[in-house]
Amino acid sequence: MAKITLDNLRHSYVQNPQRPEDWALKEMSQELKDGGAYALLGPSGCGKTTLLNLVSGLLRPTQGRILFDGKDVNEATPEQRNIAQVFQFPVIYDTMSVYDNLAFPLRNRGVPAAEVDKRVKEVGAMLDLGHMLNKRASGLTADGKQKISLGRGLVRSDVNVIMFDEPLTVIDPHLKWVLRSKLKELHHRIKRTMIYVTHDQTEALTFADQVVVMNNGEVVQVGTPVELFERPAHTFVGHFIGSPGMNVLPCSVDGGRVGFLGQPVDTAGAISLSEGNGKLELGVRPEFTRFDSSGIPVEIVKAADVGRFRIVETRHREHRIRLLVPEGQAMPSGAAHVRFDPKHTHVYRDGWLVN
Amino acid sequence: MYKQLNQKAWFLVLPVVALVAFNAIIPLMTVVNYSVQETFGDNVFVWAGVQWFEQILHSSRFHDALLRQILFTGLVLFIEVPLGLIVALAMPRKGPWVSVCLVTMALPLLIPWNVVGAMWNIFALPDIGLMGKGLNNLGLDFNYTRQPFSAWFTVVLMDIWHWTSLVVLLCYAGLVSIPNDYYQAAKIDGASAWSVFRFIQLPKLRRVLTIAILLRFMDSFMIYTEVIVLTGGGPGNSTTFLSIDLVKTALGQFDLGPAAAMSLIYFLIILLLSWLFYTLMTRNEAQ
Repeated sequence: MAKITLDNLRHSYVQNPQRPEDWALKEMSQELKDGGAYALLGPSGCGKTTLLNLVSGLLRPTQGRILFDGKDVNEATPEQRNIAQVFQFPVIYDTMSVYDNLAFPLRNRGVPAAEVDKRVKEVGAMLDLGHMLNKRASGLTADGKQKISLGRGLVRSDVNVIMFDEPLTVIDPHLKWVLRSKLKELHHRIKRTMIYVTHDQTEALTFADQVVVMNNGEVVQVGTPVELFERPAHTFVGHFIGSPGMNVLPCSVDGGRVGFLGQPVDTAGAISLSEGNGKLELGVRPEFTRFDSSGIPVEIVKAADVGRFRIVETRHREHRIRLLVPEGQAMPSGAAHVRFDPKHTHVYRDGWLVN
Repeated sequence: MYKQLNQKAWFLVLPVVALVAFNAIIPLMTVVNYSVQETFGDNVFVWAGVQWFEQILHSSRFHDALLRQILFTGLVLFIEVPLGLIVALAMPRKGPWVSVCLVTMALPLLIPWNVVGAMWNIFALPDIGLMGKGLNNLGLDFNYTRQPFSAWFTVVLMDIWHWTSLVVLLCYAGLVSIPNDYYQAAKIDGASAWSVFRFIQLPKLRRVLTIAILLRFMDSFMIYTEVIVLTGGGPGNSTTFLSIDLVKTALGQFDLGPAAAMSLIYFLIILLLSWLFYTLMTRNEAQ
């Protein structure tokens, strides 16, 4: 177990990086607490797998340091760093039995046979693989194989961190849920540091205590699922998390008062802008937008019924505003007005949240 | 709705049927025809039953040729498959050297077989050939036109030069298709290089190796061109393999009946051994 510190970390796959887009991972400093469950969330190509491979030691950072419990591990191999990793596609040793697969990392490290047997049986039971330990691993289904990959990480009692690289990609939808709860349960039981990489917000939000949202090679926000939902630090987070994503509208700020195309909009507190220019935007989630008798005049474009509520798309001039209307609540006909919940209305400058 | 019967579709299959008939079934049946008859001039045929088969199966000449063939095939398989695997493992996986290696490896496969024979014929000549003269200058008594051992040495070496590339290319393709995740997982599990080979690469190469061994078995069992150009089956009969013996019987002595019987036996041996081998190699997968 270990606390992981990323110190001014930066990485590029290019020999001699010059332009900002050469960097697969822009400079970052983060601290991952010992025993925490973290998720790295972001679209494909945002650098999350790069970050994961840097931590595991499969890649060497171009710049910066990685520390495990304050000890610099830049020069250490994956084996020396004592980490475990579960890959997107299940990696198993085809010719071995499930038992031998689980015993493999221990035997490679010269652990005595009695200890190996004890650990393997323990982990086998933990992952519900106990009854098939003597089967050939190649005969298992995808989720069984993925459990073996995970098990090979769990058998080592001294693993610093367990990493998951989109581990549910090849798992059937109805088993994803089962495996996901299993992971959560395991984390509660063994309290190891876990890092989970995914582009699926549901997976990230259900697994992690802390979600690290990444975009274009940089960390956009680190926070609990609730924080990401209620106070997105960047319009990207607002878009990417939530379904549908946050409404982002142009706005102006004048003397602490926020206006949207001439209409005044209430926000949580007065907005004090520091000097400088930048594109100002207003962000409010569809969950915190509602129809009202007065407010911003809109016309209704379409409504989609998704069960417990309807997603209604409206338009004010050329700007699209979406809102959620709970089931059973009447929708206005003809001319309608919408109003934003002031507590959850935020102002962004150049994409970043203005406090 | 009922199914419409449309027998016209059969016409579309006709070209394939004709093709297979002309290049496989008709020639094979001709051979079967010859193998059970005594042939005279003027197209006179007399029924001979299984006489030719008995003759071939009891002929010590056939036994000797078969033994030589088995020894040769065993030898080249024993050398080419491990060697090909080692070369494939040693080849680079990325970078500019990949294409250089691949082209170099493919070259021997692109040379016409009789040219391969001619090249090695000259290369191994004891008086002017680079290898032949070189060996003699080193103090070794090497003359493939007189000594059976030298002839065998040259024939086997030629086959290794000519065909190891095939095994290399097949194995290389198999190695490249192993996802990188396997190597990374092995690194994390602390596996040694030997473990990576034994538990990842070898199992993943199983199918490719089956094909490689099968191809090399069949081809080496039927070798003709290179050997006939290099040694002509000599000195004496020391490099007369089955196919050479067959051609001698059929075209040298015009014993069409025995030659046909021998062809069929030859064909059945290859078929049987290939089937046996394939069944053994794939048996585990079915479990």
